Amino acid sequence: MEPFALYFATILTLAGIYAALTLGLNLQWGLTGLMNFGPLAFVAVGAYTSAILTVGGSAQHLGGFGWPWWLAWPLAALAGALLALPIGAISLRLRADYLAIATIGIAEILRLIVRNEDWLTGGPLGIPGIPRPFEGLGLPWGQFAYLALVAAVVAGLYAMAQATARSPFGRTLRAIRDDEEAAKAAGKNPAAFRLQAFVLGAACMGLAGAMLAHFFKFMGPDALDPVTATFLVWVMLIAGGSGNNLGAILGAVAVWALWAATDWLAGQLPGELATRAAYVRLFLIGLALQLILLYRPQGLIGERPPRPA
Amino acid sequence: MLELLNFYLIPGLVLGAIYALAAAGVSLVYGVMRFANFMHGDMMTWGAYAALVAVLALGISPWVALPFAVAATIPVAWAADAAFFGRLRRAAPAVLLISSFGAALMIRAVVYFVFGPTPQNYGQGLVPPLLFGEVRIQQRHLFILAGAALAALALHLLLARTRAGRAMRAMADDPDLARVTGVPVAGVIRLTWAVAAALAAIAGTFLAIDTELTPMLGFNVLLAAFAAAILGGIGRPWGAALGGLLLGLAEELSSYPFLAGEPLLQPAYKTAVAFAVLVLVLIFRPQGLFRGMG
Amino acid sequence: MSLLEARGVVGGYGEADILHGVDLTVAPGQVVVVIGPNGAGKSTLMKAVAGLVRVRQGSIRFGGEEIANRPAEGMVARGLAYVPQERNVFPSLTVEENLAMGAFVRPAAVAEGIARVHAIFPELREKRRVPAGSLSGGQRQMVAVGRALMLEPRLIMLDEPTAGLSPRFCGLIFDKVREIAAGGTAVLMVEQNARPALAIADRGVVLAMGRNRAEDAGPALLANPEIGRLFLGG
Repeated sequence: MEPFALYFATILTLAGIYAALTLGLNLQWGLTGLMNFGPLAFVAVGAYTSAILTVGGSAQHLGGFGWPWWLAWPLAALAGALLALPIGAISLRLRADYLAIATIGIAEILRLIVRNEDWLTGGPLGIPGIPRPFEGLGLPWGQFAYLALVAAVVAGLYAMAQATARSPFGRTLRAIRDDEEAAKAAGKNPAAFRLQAFVLGAACMGLAGAMLAHFFKFMGPDALDPVTATFLVWVMLIAGGSGNNLGAILGAVAVWALWAATDWLAGQLPGELATRAAYVRLFLIGLALQLILLYRPQGLIGERPPRPA
Repeated sequence: MLELLNFYLIPGLVLGAIYALAAAGVSLVYGVMRFANFMHGDMMTWGAYAALVAVLALGISPWVALPFAVAATIPVAWAADAAFFGRLRRAAPAVLLISSFGAALMIRAVVYFVFGPTPQNYGQGLVPPLLFGEVRIQQRHLFILAGAALAALALHLLLARTRAGRAMRAMADDPDLARVTGVPVAGVIRLTWAVAAALAAIAGTFLAIDTELTPMLGFNVLLAAFAAAILGGIGRPWGAALGGLLLGLAEELSSYPFLAGEPLLQPAYKTAVAFAVLVLVLIFRPQGLFRGMG
Repeated sequence: MSLLEARGVVGGYGEADILHGVDLTVAPGQVVVVIGPNGAGKSTLMKAVAGLVRVRQGSIRFGGEEIANRPAEGMVARGLAYVPQERNVFPSLTVEENLAMGAFVRPAAVAEGIARVHAIFPELREKRRVPAGSLSGGQRQMVAVGRALMLEPRLIMLDEPTAGLSPRFCGLIFDKVREIAAGGTAVLMVEQNARPALAIADRGVVLAMGRNRAEDAGPALLANPEIGRLFLGG
C-alpha cells in the first residue's frame, strides 16, 4: 500500500507544480494573449535561485547560503519576474508573435548558461543536495506534507489569479487582449498592462521551478526536457480552458495524470519498445492539441467572464 | 588574416547560407499566411532524414538525394495545412502558431520513432579540403554555397518573374484585394507551402551534411531562422536571406580571437548570437533592415 | 435588361446584419451613384456584390446569373471589377505589376490591357516601374481604377474613389468615370462627394440604416429639396 501511496503522492505533487506553471501561463496567454514558448526559462531561473540559496557550500557551484526554503521561494518568484522584465519590455510593444520567438530565445540562453557556467550552476553535474521541506518527517509523511505544501501554494496562486482576473486590472487585460484599439481609445496603455501580466505569470513559473527543485532535491540541465515540458504546459492550459483559472488547474492535473499513466504503461513494455512508445505518446499528445484547437477551442471549461464584483 | 578567412569567414558564410534558406521559407509563409510557422525547423529535420533514407536505400550521395528530400517534405506541409492550419485560417494568428508548434512536435515524434535519438551522418567520410593557394575550402562548403545560391536565385525568379510569384506577393500585400483580382487563394497557399517545404528540405539536408543528423537538427536553428527573418523584415524572403547570411557570419565571427587571443564570445555561446541579434533588431529596427518582398 | 440586380439583400459581418433588405439595379453602360450617411451600408453593399460579405437573404444577379455568396475570386472572370475604398493597390508591387494583377485570370490580355489603361491614365506610363506604395493618393487611385479596367469589365464598382483627393483629382476621376461608361462599362459608385457625383450619374440611390430611402435620376435627386436637406447637407 505504501509504495502505491508514495507513487500517487509523487504524481499529485508534480501535477501541482505543473498547475502552478499553467496558472502562470494562463495569466499570460489566457487572460492577456501573450505567447510564452519558453516557460522553462522562468522555471529554471526559479529552480536554480532557490537551489543556490538553500544548499550547503560546495566547490562545484555557488552556494553555502543555507537559507530556509520559505525565504528562498519568494526570491525564486522574484527571479522569474526579473528575467521577464527586460524580455517583456523589449518584445511586448511589438507584434504578438515576436514575444513567442523571443521567449524561445530566452529559454535557449538559459539552457546555455545552465550548462556552461559551472561556478554558478554546477554545469552538467547540476546542484545536488537541495533540502526538501518536511524531509525530517521521514517517509511517507514527509512526502505527504510536501504535497500539502505544494497544494497550499497552488491554492494561494489560484486565489491570487482569481482576484487578478476579477479586478479592474484583469478586466483591462481582457479588454486589451480582445480589442487593443478600443482599449487604447479608453486611455489604457496596452504595453504597460501586458508587461505586468507577463511578469506576474513569470513569477508563478519561478515559484513552480523552486517547488520542482526542492521536490527532486536536485537541479541539473537534464532535469526537464524543455521542449516536452513547454509543450505539456500549453496542452494543459488549452485542454483545461485558457482564460479560466480552474480550467488551468484541471487541465494540469488531467493531462499530467494521463502523461504519467501512459508513462507507466510504456514502462511495462520491453526495453526498445518502451522508448518507442514514448515517441508515440509525444505524437498523440501533439495530435490531441490539434484536435482540441479544432473541435473544442474553449477547452474543458471555457472562459467565463466573471460577474462584476 | 588567412585563419580568419579559412576558419571563420568561410564557415560563417556557409552557416549563413543555410540560415538564409531557412529564414526565406519562414518569411514566405509569414508573408502569405500571416503566422509564425514553428513547424519550419522540423520540416528541415524531416527533409534531412528523407535524404538519409535515399542515401541508404539507393547508395547515392546526399547531394543527389536532395530531390527526394524535397519530394518527401512537400506532402508533409500540405498534409499539415489540410488537416490543421487550413481549418484554422479564420482563427487568430496566435492559434495557428500554437497549432504549428504542435505539428512540429508530431513530426519530431515520427523522426524519433523511426530513427531514434542517436546522431547519424550521410557516411561521406573525410574529403580533403580544396586548396586555392593558401585559401582552403571544404568541398561540401563549396557545394552548399553554390546550392544555396542556386536555390535563392530560383526563389527570386519565381517571385519576381512568374505569374504565380506575383500572386504570392500580392497575397502577402493584401489577401482580400488578391481575392478580388481573381487570385485562387487556395492554390497560392498550396504553392507557398511547396516552396517553403522545398527550402526547408534543402536547408535541412545542407545543415545535416555540414554537421550531423539529429531529430533536433531543425528545431535547434528555428530561433536563428526567425531572428534572420525578422532582421530582414518578416514577410520578405529576400531580406530574410540577407539576414540569414549576416547572422551566420556574426555567429562564426563571434568566436574569433579579436581580443588579444581571447574569443569575443566563448564558442559555447555561439547560438546566443541569434538571440542577441533578435533583441537588438527588436529594440532598434523592428521593421527589419530591408524592404520589399521578392 | 439590367446588368446587376440585387433584391432584398440582407447581410453583414459575423452576427450583425448591416443590410436589411436592399434593392439595387444597374443597367449596362449606366453610372449609378449610391449615397447616404455613414453606416448606411453603402460599402457593405458593394462588398456583398463582390463576394466579400456574406449574404444571408435575398438575391444578387449579375448578367442573369445568381452570384450571392459566390467566391470573390470568381467575380473578375464574370466581368465584375471592384475597387475598395482603402488598401486598393498592392503597395510592394510596381504600377505595372498592379495593372497586370487586374488581368490575372487572363494572362494573354495583360499587354493589351496595360496599353488601354495607359491611354486612359497617361501619368501611369512613366511610373510603371515604381512600387505603388510610394505613389501619391491620386496616383494610387488611378492604379486601382486602371487595375479594375484591365479586362474591360461589364461593371466596375468604385468605393469612394475621391476620398481624400484634391479637387483637381476629384474632377479628373469623375471625368474618367463618364469616359469609362461611354466605353460601355457600367459604373457603380459610392460617394461622400455626393453633389458632383450625382451630377454625372444616370441614377442615384439613397441608402440609410441598411435600407433604400430614395432612388431617382441623378439630377432629379439633386433637385429634390428633401433629399438635399437630409443627405446632401442642405
